[in-house]
Amino acid sequence: MNAAQVIFILAAAITLFSALMVVSVRRMMHAALWLIVTLLGVAVLFVLLQAGFFAVVQVLFYVGAIAILIIFAVMLTRQVMSEKAPQLNRGWVAGLGVSAGLMVILALVLRNFPGSTATAVADPSAGNAVALGLAFSDPSGFAIPFEVASILLVAALIGTIYIALERKGGEQ
Amino acid sequence: MDFWTDPYLFLVNWLQELLVGWGVPAATSAFLLMLTGAFILAMGAMLFVLGLIWFERKIAGRFQDRFGPNRIGPWGIIQPLADMLKIFTKEHITPDGVDLVPYNLGPVLSVAAVLAVWAVLPFTLSLVGADLDVSVLYVVAIGGLGEIAVVLSGWGSNNKYALLAAFRSVAQLLSYEVPLVIALLVPVMLSGSLSLNDIVRGQTLPYVILAPVAAFVFFLTSIAEVGRSPFDLTEAESELVAGFNIEYSGLKFGMFYVADFLHAFTISLLFAVLFLGGWQGPYAVQYPMLGLLWFFLKAGVVYFIGVWMRVSFPRFRIDQMMAISWKLLTPLAIAAVILTALIAKLIPTDGILRTGSLLAANLLLAGCAMLALILNRKKKILKEFPLSAASGFSVKDVTGKTQRSAQ
Repeated sequence: MNAAQVIFILAAAITLFSALMVVSVRRMMHAALWLIVTLLGVAVLFVLLQAGFFAVVQVLFYVGAIAILIIFAVMLTRQVMSEKAPQLNRGWVAGLGVSAGLMVILALVLRNFPGSTATAVADPSAGNAVALGLAFSDPSGFAIPFEVASILLVAALIGTIYIALERKGGEQ
Repeated sequence: MDFWTDPYLFLVNWLQELLVGWGVPAATSAFLLMLTGAFILAMGAMLFVLGLIWFERKIAGRFQDRFGPNRIGPWGIIQPLADMLKIFTKEHITPDGVDLVPYNLGPVLSVAAVLAVWAVLPFTLSLVGADLDVSVLYVVAIGGLGEIAVVLSGWGSNNKYALLAAFRSVAQLLSYEVPLVIALLVPVMLSGSLSLNDIVRGQTLPYVILAPVAAFVFFLTSIAEVGRSPFDLTEAESELVAGFNIEYSGLKFGMFYVADFLHAFTISLLFAVLFLGGWQGPYAVQYPMLGLLWFFLKAGVVYFIGVWMRVSFPRFRIDQMMAISWKLLTPLAIAAVILTALIAKLIPTDGILRTGSLLAANLLLAGCAMLALILNRKKKILKEFPLSAASGFSVKDVTGKTQRSAQ
Protein backbone atom coordinates (compact mmCIF):
# COMPACT_ATOMS: atom_id res chain seq x y z
CA MET A 1 0.00 0.00 0.00
CA ASN A 2 1.57 3.29 -1.02
CA ALA A 3 1.08 6.80 0.29
CA ALA A 4 -1.57 7.72 -2.31
CA GLN A 5 -3.71 4.75 -1.26
CA VAL A 6 -3.43 5.67 2.42
CA ILE A 7 -4.49 9.24 1.65
CA PHE A 8 -7.34 7.96 -0.54
CA ILE A 9 -8.69 5.70 2.20
CA LEU A 10 -8.45 8.48 4.78
CA ALA A 11 -10.11 11.04 2.50
CA ALA A 12 -12.85 8.62 1.44
CA ALA A 13 -13.56 7.67 5.06
CA ILE A 14 -13.76 11.31 6.15
CA THR A 15 -15.99 12.16 3.18
CA LEU A 16 -18.38 9.30 3.86
CA PHE A 17 -18.46 9.92 7.61
CA SER A 18 -19.16 13.63 7.21
CA ALA A 19 -21.81 12.91 4.57
CA LEU A 20 -23.48 10.63 7.11
CA MET A 21 -23.25 13.38 9.73
CA VAL A 22 -24.88 15.88 7.33
CA VAL A 23 -28.10 13.86 7.35
CA SER A 24 -27.95 12.66 10.95
CA VAL A 25 -26.91 15.55 13.22
CA ARG A 26 -29.79 17.34 14.89
CA ARG A 27 -28.63 20.95 14.65
CA MET A 28 -29.08 22.23 11.12
CA MET A 29 -26.12 24.58 11.35
CA HIS A 30 -23.84 21.68 12.20
CA ALA A 31 -25.23 19.76 9.24
CA ALA A 32 -24.26 22.66 6.97
CA LEU A 33 -20.75 22.68 8.46
CA TRP A 34 -20.38 18.92 8.00
CA LEU A 35 -21.41 19.44 4.38
CA ILE A 36 -18.36 21.67 3.95
CA VAL A 37 -16.14 18.85 5.22
CA THR A 38 -17.79 16.49 2.72
CA LEU A 39 -17.19 18.90 -0.16
CA LEU A 40 -13.55 19.38 0.87
CA GLY A 41 -13.15 15.60 0.99
CA VAL A 42 -14.42 15.35 -2.58
CA ALA A 43 -11.86 18.00 -3.56
CA VAL A 44 -9.11 15.83 -2.06
CA LEU A 45 -10.36 12.89 -4.16
CA PHE A 46 -10.08 15.08 -7.28
CA VAL A 47 -6.48 15.92 -6.33
CA LEU A 48 -5.70 12.20 -6.00
CA LEU A 49 -7.13 11.67 -9.49
CA GLN A 50 -4.66 14.32 -10.73
CA ALA A 51 -7.56 16.58 -11.70
CA GLY A 52 -6.20 19.73 -10.04
CA PHE A 53 -8.54 21.99 -11.99
CA PHE A 54 -11.63 20.18 -10.74
CA ALA A 55 -10.32 20.10 -7.18
CA VAL A 56 -9.84 23.86 -7.20
CA VAL A 57 -13.20 24.50 -8.87
CA GLN A 58 -14.86 22.21 -6.32
CA VAL A 59 -13.50 24.34 -3.48
CA LEU A 60 -14.18 27.60 -5.31
CA PHE A 61 -17.84 26.98 -6.14
CA TYR A 62 -19.08 24.43 -3.64
CA VAL A 63 -17.24 25.58 -0.51
CA GLY A 64 -16.78 29.24 -1.40
CA ALA A 65 -20.22 29.97 -2.82
CA ILE A 66 -22.81 27.23 -2.44
CA ALA A 67 -21.95 26.23 1.14
CA ILE A 68 -22.05 29.89 2.19
CA LEU A 69 -25.45 30.24 0.52
CA ILE A 70 -26.69 27.14 2.34
CA ILE A 71 -25.40 28.51 5.66
CA PHE A 72 -27.27 31.77 5.06
CA ALA A 73 -30.44 29.83 4.21
CA VAL A 74 -30.03 27.73 7.37
CA MET A 75 -29.55 30.81 9.52
CA LEU A 76 -32.82 32.23 8.22
CA THR A 77 -34.87 29.11 9.02
CA ARG A 78 -36.88 28.61 12.20
CA GLN A 79 -35.76 26.32 15.00
CA VAL A 80 -32.16 26.63 13.85
CA MET A 81 -30.82 26.41 17.40
CA SER A 82 -33.18 23.68 18.54
CA GLU A 83 -32.04 20.11 19.00
CA LYS A 84 -35.57 18.80 19.40
CA ALA A 85 -36.90 19.50 15.92
CA PRO A 86 -38.10 16.34 14.16
CA GLN A 87 -35.65 15.07 11.58
CA LEU A 88 -38.20 13.20 9.51
CA ASN A 89 -41.40 14.39 7.89
CA ARG A 90 -44.30 12.37 6.54
CA GLY A 91 -42.62 11.72 3.21
CA TRP A 92 -39.76 9.68 4.64
CA VAL A 93 -41.06 6.35 3.28
CA ALA A 94 -41.26 7.72 -0.26
CA GLY A 95 -37.80 9.28 0.14
CA LEU A 96 -36.37 5.97 1.29
CA GLY A 97 -37.95 4.22 -1.71
CA VAL A 98 -36.59 6.72 -4.23
CA SER A 99 -33.07 6.67 -2.80
CA ALA A 100 -33.04 2.87 -2.62
CA GLY A 101 -34.10 2.77 -6.29
CA LEU A 102 -31.35 5.24 -7.19
CA MET A 103 -28.84 3.13 -5.27
CA VAL A 104 -29.86 0.01 -7.25
CA ILE A 105 -29.56 1.84 -10.58
CA LEU A 106 -26.13 3.21 -9.62
CA ALA A 107 -24.95 -0.24 -8.55
CA LEU A 108 -26.12 -1.72 -11.86
CA VAL A 109 -24.36 1.00 -13.86
CA LEU A 110 -21.15 0.76 -11.85
CA ARG A 111 -21.03 -3.04 -12.22
CA ASN A 112 -20.40 -2.63 -15.93
CA PHE A 113 -18.08 0.37 -15.49
CA PRO A 114 -14.65 -0.59 -16.81
CA GLY A 115 -12.85 2.10 -14.78
CA SER A 116 -12.89 0.11 -11.55
CA THR A 117 -10.70 -2.68 -12.94
CA ALA A 118 -8.68 -0.90 -15.64
CA THR A 119 -5.28 0.52 -14.74
CA ALA A 120 -5.10 4.29 -14.87
CA VAL A 121 -3.22 5.87 -17.75
CA ALA A 122 -1.87 8.87 -15.91
CA ASP A 123 -0.21 11.53 -18.02
CA PRO A 124 1.04 14.14 -15.59
CA SER A 125 2.80 16.05 -18.35
CA ALA A 126 -0.50 17.06 -19.99
CA GLY A 127 -1.83 20.37 -18.66
CA ASN A 128 -5.31 19.52 -17.43
CA ALA A 129 -6.61 23.06 -17.64
CA VAL A 130 -5.26 23.57 -21.16
CA ALA A 131 -6.77 20.31 -22.41
CA LEU A 132 -10.08 21.22 -20.81
CA GLY A 133 -10.12 24.69 -22.36
CA LEU A 134 -9.33 23.32 -25.82
CA ALA A 135 -12.07 20.69 -25.48
CA PHE A 136 -14.60 23.36 -24.53
CA SER A 137 -13.79 25.58 -27.51
CA ASP A 138 -13.44 22.75 -30.04
CA PRO A 139 -16.58 22.32 -32.24
CA SER A 140 -15.93 18.57 -32.46
CA GLY A 141 -15.36 18.50 -28.70
CA PHE A 142 -17.72 19.97 -26.14
CA ALA A 143 -18.38 23.40 -27.65
CA ILE A 144 -22.15 22.89 -28.04
CA PRO A 145 -22.83 21.45 -24.55
CA PHE A 146 -20.65 24.21 -23.10
CA GLU A 147 -22.58 26.95 -24.91
CA VAL A 148 -25.94 25.39 -24.03
CA ALA A 149 -24.94 25.26 -20.37
CA SER A 150 -23.90 28.91 -20.44
CA ILE A 151 -27.22 29.91 -22.06
CA LEU A 152 -29.00 28.00 -19.30
CA LEU A 153 -27.04 29.90 -16.65
CA VAL A 154 -27.77 33.24 -18.30
CA ALA A 155 -31.46 32.33 -18.39
CA ALA A 156 -31.30 31.54 -14.67
CA LEU A 157 -29.63 34.90 -14.01
CA ILE A 158 -32.24 36.81 -16.01
CA GLY A 159 -34.99 34.90 -14.20
CA THR A 160 -33.54 35.90 -10.85
CA ILE A 161 -33.37 39.55 -11.84
CA TYR A 162 -36.98 39.39 -13.10
CA ILE A 163 -38.26 37.93 -9.82
CA ALA A 164 -36.33 40.47 -7.75
CA LEU A 165 -37.55 43.40 -9.86
CA GLU A 166 -41.19 42.35 -9.72
CA ARG A 167 -41.17 42.19 -5.94
CA LYS A 168 -39.69 45.64 -5.76
CA GLY A 169 -42.39 46.98 -8.10
CA GLY A 170 -45.12 45.43 -5.99
CA GLU A 171 -44.02 47.37 -2.94
CA GLN A 172 -44.20 50.73 -4.64
CA MET B 1 25.20 24.03 -9.10
CA ASP B 2 27.04 26.93 -7.56
CA PHE B 3 26.02 28.20 -4.14
CA TRP B 4 26.14 31.86 -5.10
CA THR B 5 23.97 31.65 -8.24
CA ASP B 6 21.04 29.97 -6.48
CA PRO B 7 21.55 29.17 -2.79
CA TYR B 8 18.02 27.76 -2.50
CA LEU B 9 18.38 25.05 -5.17
CA PHE B 10 21.92 24.35 -3.90
CA LEU B 11 20.63 23.80 -0.39
CA VAL B 12 17.73 21.61 -1.53
CA ASN B 13 20.00 19.44 -3.68
CA TRP B 14 22.58 19.15 -0.90
CA LEU B 15 19.96 18.11 1.68
CA GLN B 16 18.40 15.65 -0.76
CA GLU B 17 21.78 14.02 -1.44
CA LEU B 18 22.55 13.98 2.27
CA LEU B 19 19.28 12.21 3.13
CA VAL B 20 19.64 9.72 0.27
CA GLY B 21 23.23 9.12 1.41
CA TRP B 22 21.89 8.23 4.85
CA GLY B 23 19.75 5.54 3.26
CA VAL B 24 16.39 7.38 3.18
CA PRO B 25 14.39 6.47 0.04
CA ALA B 26 14.27 9.29 -2.55
CA ALA B 27 10.48 9.73 -2.37
CA THR B 28 10.50 9.92 1.45
CA SER B 29 13.35 12.40 1.52
CA ALA B 30 11.55 14.60 -1.02
CA PHE B 31 8.47 14.45 1.20
CA LEU B 32 10.53 15.35 4.29
CA LEU B 33 12.07 18.30 2.46
CA MET B 34 8.60 19.49 1.38
CA LEU B 35 7.41 19.25 4.99
CA THR B 36 10.41 21.24 6.21
CA GLY B 37 9.86 23.83 3.49
CA ALA B 38 6.19 24.21 4.39
CA PHE B 39 7.10 24.62 8.06
CA ILE B 40 9.75 27.26 7.33
CA LEU B 41 7.42 29.13 4.96
CA ALA B 42 4.55 29.19 7.46
CA MET B 43 6.77 30.22 10.38
CA GLY B 44 8.52 32.82 8.25
CA ALA B 45 5.22 34.32 7.14
CA MET B 46 3.89 34.45 10.73
CA LEU B 47 7.07 36.10 12.03
CA PHE B 48 7.09 38.47 9.07
CA VAL B 49 3.83 39.86 10.45
CA LEU B 50 5.77 41.30 13.39
CA GLY B 51 7.74 43.47 10.99
CA LEU B 52 4.58 44.37 9.09
CA ILE B 53 2.77 45.58 12.19
CA TRP B 54 5.70 47.81 13.09
CA PHE B 55 5.93 49.12 9.50
CA GLU B 56 2.24 49.90 9.33
CA ARG B 57 2.01 51.56 12.75
CA LYS B 58 5.06 53.66 12.02
CA ILE B 59 3.73 54.81 8.64
CA ALA B 60 0.24 55.44 10.01
CA GLY B 61 1.87 57.50 12.74
CA ARG B 62 3.80 59.63 10.26
CA PHE B 63 0.69 60.18 8.16
CA GLN B 64 -1.19 61.37 11.22
CA ASP B 65 1.63 63.67 12.33
CA ARG B 66 2.82 61.63 15.30
CA PHE B 67 5.76 59.31 15.96
CA GLY B 68 4.14 55.89 16.11
CA PRO B 69 5.80 53.29 18.34
CA ASN B 70 9.13 54.75 19.55
CA ARG B 71 9.75 53.44 23.09
CA ILE B 72 11.01 49.87 22.81
CA GLY B 73 14.22 49.43 20.85
CA PRO B 74 15.56 51.81 18.19
CA TRP B 75 12.58 53.44 16.38
CA GLY B 76 10.27 51.22 18.43
CA ILE B 77 11.20 48.24 16.34
CA ILE B 78 10.73 45.70 19.15
CA GLN B 79 7.25 46.99 20.01
CA PRO B 80 5.40 44.19 18.11
CA LEU B 81 7.46 41.59 20.00
CA ALA B 82 6.34 43.11 23.29
CA ASP B 83 2.74 43.15 22.05
CA MET B 84 3.05 39.52 21.05
CA LEU B 85 4.36 38.50 24.48
CA LYS B 86 1.55 40.45 26.10
CA ILE B 87 -1.09 38.69 24.02
CA PHE B 88 0.44 35.29 24.87
CA THR B 89 -0.06 35.95 28.57
CA LYS B 90 -3.66 37.13 28.27
CA GLU B 91 -6.46 35.01 29.66
CA HIS B 92 -8.51 32.81 27.33
CA ILE B 93 -12.14 33.59 27.93
CA THR B 94 -14.73 31.31 26.37
CA PRO B 95 -18.11 33.03 26.62
CA ASP B 96 -21.19 31.17 27.78
CA GLY B 97 -23.23 29.35 25.13
CA VAL B 98 -20.69 29.34 22.31
CA ASP B 99 -20.74 26.59 19.73
CA LEU B 100 -17.35 25.16 20.68
CA VAL B 101 -16.05 23.65 17.44
CA PRO B 102 -16.95 26.55 15.10
CA TYR B 103 -15.86 29.07 17.75
CA ASN B 104 -12.39 27.57 18.01
CA LEU B 105 -12.05 26.68 14.34
CA GLY B 106 -12.74 30.26 13.18
CA PRO B 107 -9.41 31.91 14.12
CA VAL B 108 -7.37 28.89 12.99
CA LEU B 109 -9.06 28.77 9.58
CA SER B 110 -8.72 32.51 9.04
CA VAL B 111 -4.92 32.31 9.41
CA ALA B 112 -4.71 29.02 7.49
CA ALA B 113 -6.66 30.44 4.55
CA VAL B 114 -4.09 33.23 4.19
CA LEU B 115 -1.03 31.05 4.76
CA ALA B 116 -2.27 28.57 2.14
CA VAL B 117 -1.89 31.27 -0.52
CA TRP B 118 1.84 31.48 0.23
CA ALA B 119 2.18 27.86 -0.89
CA VAL B 120 1.75 28.78 -4.57
CA LEU B 121 3.42 32.21 -4.68
CA PRO B 122 6.48 32.30 -6.96
CA PHE B 123 9.04 34.01 -4.71
CA THR B 124 11.91 33.61 -7.17
CA LEU B 125 12.48 31.79 -10.43
CA SER B 126 13.08 28.55 -8.53
CA LEU B 127 11.59 29.16 -5.08
CA VAL B 128 7.95 28.09 -5.47
CA GLY B 129 6.17 25.97 -2.89
CA ALA B 130 3.87 24.15 -5.29
CA ASP B 131 3.99 25.09 -8.97
CA LEU B 132 0.32 24.29 -9.68
CA ASP B 133 -0.92 24.75 -13.23
CA VAL B 134 -4.11 26.32 -11.85
CA SER B 135 -2.62 28.42 -9.05
CA VAL B 136 -4.64 31.55 -9.95
CA LEU B 137 -7.88 29.64 -9.37
CA TYR B 138 -6.38 28.08 -6.25
CA VAL B 139 -5.77 31.51 -4.77
CA VAL B 140 -9.39 32.51 -5.37
CA ALA B 141 -10.71 29.21 -4.02
CA ILE B 142 -8.67 29.48 -0.82
CA GLY B 143 -10.20 32.93 -0.32
CA GLY B 144 -13.52 31.08 0.06
CA LEU B 145 -12.14 29.33 3.13
CA GLY B 146 -11.56 32.75 4.68
CA GLU B 147 -15.26 33.49 4.25
CA ILE B 148 -16.10 30.21 5.95
CA ALA B 149 -13.87 31.25 8.86
CA VAL B 150 -15.79 34.53 9.21
CA VAL B 151 -19.13 32.70 9.20
CA LEU B 152 -17.86 30.11 11.70
CA SER B 153 -16.63 32.68 14.19
CA GLY B 154 -19.69 34.92 13.76
CA TRP B 155 -22.06 32.03 14.30
CA GLY B 156 -20.05 30.23 16.96
CA SER B 157 -19.73 33.29 19.19
CA ASN B 158 -23.43 33.22 20.14
CA ASN B 159 -23.57 37.00 19.89
CA LYS B 160 -26.01 39.04 17.79
CA TYR B 161 -23.45 41.68 16.90
CA ALA B 162 -20.89 39.08 15.86
CA LEU B 163 -23.47 37.34 13.68
CA LEU B 164 -24.62 40.60 12.07
CA ALA B 165 -21.02 41.59 11.42
CA ALA B 166 -20.32 38.17 9.90
CA PHE B 167 -23.32 38.57 7.58
CA ARG B 168 -22.14 41.98 6.55
CA SER B 169 -18.57 40.85 6.12
CA VAL B 170 -19.47 37.85 3.96
CA ALA B 171 -21.82 39.97 1.86
CA GLN B 172 -18.90 42.32 1.21
CA LEU B 173 -16.43 39.51 0.51
CA LEU B 174 -18.80 37.76 -1.90
CA SER B 175 -19.70 40.93 -3.80
CA TYR B 176 -16.10 42.00 -4.20
CA GLU B 177 -15.02 38.52 -5.26
CA VAL B 178 -16.94 39.00 -8.52
CA PRO B 179 -14.92 41.96 -9.93
CA LEU B 180 -11.75 40.49 -8.38
CA VAL B 181 -12.08 37.24 -10.31
CA ILE B 182 -13.05 39.02 -13.54
CA ALA B 183 -10.04 41.35 -13.22
CA LEU B 184 -7.82 38.31 -12.61
CA LEU B 185 -8.82 37.05 -16.05
CA VAL B 186 -6.89 39.85 -17.76
CA PRO B 187 -3.37 38.76 -16.71
CA VAL B 188 -4.43 35.17 -17.36
CA MET B 189 -5.44 36.08 -20.93
CA LEU B 190 -2.31 38.15 -21.54
CA SER B 191 0.02 35.37 -20.36
CA GLY B 192 -2.09 32.46 -21.61
CA SER B 193 -1.65 30.52 -18.38
CA LEU B 194 -3.37 29.93 -15.04
CA SER B 195 -0.02 29.38 -13.31
CA LEU B 196 1.31 32.30 -11.28
CA ASN B 197 4.91 31.52 -12.18
CA ASP B 198 4.06 31.53 -15.92
CA ILE B 199 2.28 34.85 -15.45
CA VAL B 200 5.44 36.30 -13.90
CA ARG B 201 7.61 34.82 -16.68
CA GLY B 202 5.30 36.40 -19.29
CA GLN B 203 5.79 39.89 -17.87
CA THR B 204 8.80 41.27 -19.67
CA LEU B 205 6.66 44.40 -19.54
CA PRO B 206 4.62 44.56 -16.31
CA TYR B 207 0.91 44.03 -16.93
CA VAL B 208 0.08 47.19 -15.03
CA ILE B 209 1.09 49.01 -18.23
CA LEU B 210 -0.87 46.68 -20.51
CA ALA B 211 -3.93 46.50 -18.28
CA PRO B 212 -4.12 49.50 -15.93
CA VAL B 213 -7.91 49.26 -15.57
CA ALA B 214 -7.76 45.62 -14.48
CA ALA B 215 -4.93 46.50 -12.08
CA PHE B 216 -7.02 49.32 -10.60
CA VAL B 217 -10.05 47.07 -10.17
CA PHE B 218 -7.89 44.35 -8.63
CA PHE B 219 -6.28 46.78 -6.22
CA LEU B 220 -9.60 48.24 -4.98
CA THR B 221 -11.28 44.84 -4.68
CA SER B 222 -8.27 43.40 -2.87
CA ILE B 223 -8.50 46.17 -0.26
CA ALA B 224 -12.20 45.35 0.13
CA GLU B 225 -11.38 41.64 0.42
CA VAL B 226 -9.00 42.41 3.27
CA GLY B 227 -11.70 44.58 4.84
CA ARG B 228 -9.49 47.59 5.40
CA SER B 229 -10.47 51.23 5.35
CA PRO B 230 -12.31 52.61 3.37
CA PHE B 231 -14.02 49.22 3.22
CA ASP B 232 -13.79 48.40 6.94
CA LEU B 233 -17.54 48.20 7.48
CA THR B 234 -17.25 45.03 9.49
CA GLU B 235 -15.23 46.90 12.07
CA ALA B 236 -17.85 49.64 12.48
CA GLU B 237 -17.24 50.33 16.19
CA SER B 238 -20.33 52.50 16.51
CA GLU B 239 -22.79 49.87 15.23
CA LEU B 240 -21.21 46.46 15.55
CA VAL B 241 -18.81 47.07 18.43
CA ALA B 242 -15.83 45.48 16.70
CA GLY B 243 -17.02 43.00 14.12
CA PHE B 244 -17.31 39.24 14.00
CA ASN B 245 -14.35 38.76 16.37
CA ILE B 246 -15.93 40.62 19.30
CA GLU B 247 -16.19 37.55 21.56
CA TYR B 248 -12.57 36.51 21.15
CA SER B 249 -9.78 37.34 23.56
CA GLY B 250 -6.13 36.57 24.09
CA LEU B 251 -4.38 34.48 21.53
CA LYS B 252 -7.54 33.73 19.54
CA PHE B 253 -8.03 37.42 18.95
CA GLY B 254 -4.33 37.59 18.12
CA MET B 255 -4.92 35.03 15.37
CA PHE B 256 -7.49 37.31 13.71
CA TYR B 257 -5.07 40.21 14.10
CA VAL B 258 -2.26 38.23 12.45
CA ALA B 259 -4.61 37.03 9.70
CA ASP B 260 -5.65 40.61 8.97
CA PHE B 261 -2.11 41.94 8.55
CA LEU B 262 -0.88 38.86 6.73
CA HIS B 263 -3.85 38.95 4.36
CA ALA B 264 -3.17 42.60 3.55
CA PHE B 265 0.44 41.83 2.67
CA THR B 266 -0.43 38.61 0.82
CA ILE B 267 -2.81 40.55 -1.39
CA SER B 268 0.00 43.04 -2.08
CA LEU B 269 2.26 40.11 -3.01
CA LEU B 270 -0.45 38.86 -5.37
CA PHE B 271 -0.76 42.29 -6.95
CA ALA B 272 3.01 42.30 -7.46
CA VAL B 273 2.84 38.84 -9.05
CA LEU B 274 -0.07 39.61 -11.36
CA PHE B 275 0.60 43.18 -12.43
CA LEU B 276 4.12 44.26 -11.44
CA GLY B 277 6.14 41.31 -12.69
CA GLY B 278 6.77 39.46 -9.43
CA TRP B 279 10.44 38.55 -9.10
CA GLN B 280 11.36 40.07 -12.48
CA GLY B 281 14.06 42.70 -12.25
CA PRO B 282 17.72 43.32 -13.03
CA TYR B 283 19.78 40.09 -12.69
CA ALA B 284 16.77 38.16 -11.36
CA VAL B 285 17.30 35.28 -13.82
CA GLN B 286 21.06 34.94 -13.23
CA TYR B 287 20.81 35.29 -9.46
CA PRO B 288 17.31 34.10 -8.49
CA MET B 289 17.69 35.18 -4.85
CA LEU B 290 17.83 38.78 -6.04
CA GLY B 291 14.30 38.18 -7.40
CA LEU B 292 13.10 37.75 -3.81
CA LEU B 293 14.28 41.27 -3.05
CA TRP B 294 12.55 42.75 -6.13
CA PHE B 295 9.38 40.83 -5.30
CA PHE B 296 9.19 42.04 -1.71
CA LEU B 297 10.12 45.59 -2.70
CA LYS B 298 7.27 45.73 -5.21
CA ALA B 299 4.83 44.21 -2.72
CA GLY B 300 6.07 46.67 -0.10
CA VAL B 301 5.23 49.61 -2.36
CA VAL B 302 1.71 48.22 -2.94
CA TYR B 303 1.31 47.66 0.80
CA PHE B 304 2.47 51.21 1.47
CA ILE B 305 -0.23 52.57 -0.87
CA GLY B 306 -2.78 50.40 0.94
CA VAL B 307 -1.74 51.84 4.32
CA TRP B 308 -1.83 55.33 2.80
CA MET B 309 -5.46 54.75 1.75
CA ARG B 310 -6.26 53.24 5.12
CA VAL B 311 -5.16 56.26 7.09
CA SER B 312 -6.51 58.82 4.61
CA PHE B 313 -10.06 57.89 3.63
CA PRO B 314 -13.24 57.78 5.69
CA ARG B 315 -15.36 54.64 5.73
CA PHE B 316 -17.99 54.01 3.04
CA ARG B 317 -21.64 53.50 3.88
CA ILE B 318 -22.91 50.00 3.16
CA ASP B 319 -25.03 51.08 0.17
CA GLN B 320 -22.07 52.98 -1.28
CA MET B 321 -19.87 49.93 -0.76
CA MET B 322 -22.31 47.66 -2.60
CA ALA B 323 -22.85 50.23 -5.36
CA ILE B 324 -19.11 50.55 -5.96
CA SER B 325 -18.80 46.81 -6.42
CA TRP B 326 -21.86 46.07 -8.52
CA LYS B 327 -22.39 49.30 -10.43
CA LEU B 328 -18.81 50.45 -11.02
CA LEU B 329 -16.15 47.77 -10.58
CA THR B 330 -18.02 44.78 -12.04
CA PRO B 331 -19.01 46.47 -15.34
CA LEU B 332 -15.55 48.03 -15.57
CA ALA B 333 -13.86 44.67 -15.11
CA ILE B 334 -16.13 42.99 -17.69
CA ALA B 335 -15.44 45.79 -20.20
CA ALA B 336 -11.69 45.47 -19.54
CA VAL B 337 -11.82 41.71 -20.15
CA ILE B 338 -13.76 42.13 -23.43
CA LEU B 339 -11.41 44.89 -24.67
CA THR B 340 -8.29 42.92 -23.74
CA ALA B 341 -9.61 39.76 -25.40
CA LEU B 342 -10.44 41.63 -28.62
CA ILE B 343 -7.12 43.46 -28.88
CA ALA B 344 -4.98 40.51 -27.80
CA LYS B 345 -6.67 38.38 -30.46
CA LEU B 346 -6.45 41.05 -33.20
CA ILE B 347 -2.75 41.82 -32.55
CA PRO B 348 -1.30 38.49 -31.41
CA THR B 349 2.39 39.44 -31.65
CA ASP B 350 4.17 41.29 -28.87
CA GLY B 351 5.39 44.73 -29.75
CA ILE B 352 4.87 48.44 -29.56
CA LEU B 353 1.58 48.21 -31.53
CA ARG B 354 0.00 45.72 -29.11
CA THR B 355 1.23 47.56 -26.04
CA GLY B 356 0.10 50.91 -27.42
CA SER B 357 -3.37 49.78 -28.43
CA LEU B 358 -3.94 47.94 -25.14
CA LEU B 359 -2.88 51.02 -23.20
CA ALA B 360 -5.01 53.34 -25.37
CA ALA B 361 -8.07 51.10 -25.02
CA ASN B 362 -7.60 51.00 -21.24
CA LEU B 363 -7.24 54.77 -21.00
CA LEU B 364 -10.35 55.21 -23.16
CA LEU B 365 -12.27 52.85 -20.89
CA ALA B 366 -11.11 54.69 -17.78
CA GLY B 367 -12.16 58.01 -19.38
CA CYS B 368 -15.63 56.64 -20.21
CA ALA B 369 -16.02 55.37 -16.65
CA MET B 370 -15.05 58.77 -15.22
CA LEU B 371 -17.50 60.54 -17.55
CA ALA B 372 -20.30 58.16 -16.57
CA LEU B 373 -19.54 58.78 -12.89
CA ILE B 374 -19.64 62.55 -13.30
CA LEU B 375 -22.91 62.48 -15.27
CA ASN B 376 -24.42 60.09 -12.75
CA ARG B 377 -23.41 62.37 -9.90
CA LYS B 378 -25.15 65.38 -11.49
CA LYS B 379 -28.31 63.34 -12.04
CA LYS B 380 -28.26 62.12 -8.47
CA ILE B 381 -27.86 65.61 -7.05
CA LEU B 382 -30.77 66.87 -9.18
CA LYS B 383 -32.85 64.05 -7.76
CA GLU B 384 -31.86 64.73 -4.18
CA PHE B 385 -32.24 68.51 -4.44
CA PRO B 386 -35.12 68.96 -6.92
CA LEU B 387 -35.54 72.61 -5.91
CA SER B 388 -32.08 73.51 -7.08
CA ALA B 389 -33.20 73.49 -10.72
CA ALA B 390 -36.37 75.52 -10.03
CA SER B 391 -34.93 78.10 -7.66
CA GLY B 392 -32.31 79.40 -10.00
CA PHE B 393 -29.26 77.51 -8.74
CA SER B 394 -27.41 75.88 -11.54
CA VAL B 395 -26.44 72.27 -11.06
CA LYS B 396 -22.83 73.28 -11.17
CA ASP B 397 -23.22 75.48 -8.08
CA VAL B 398 -24.75 72.65 -6.12
CA THR B 399 -22.10 70.16 -7.11
CA GLY B 400 -19.45 72.67 -6.21
CA LYS B 401 -21.02 73.19 -2.82
CA THR B 402 -21.49 69.54 -1.97
CA GLN B 403 -17.99 68.76 -3.06
CA ARG B 404 -16.60 71.48 -0.87
CA SER B 405 -18.61 70.38 2.13
CA ALA B 406 -17.56 66.79 1.64
CA GLN B 407 -13.90 67.69 1.71
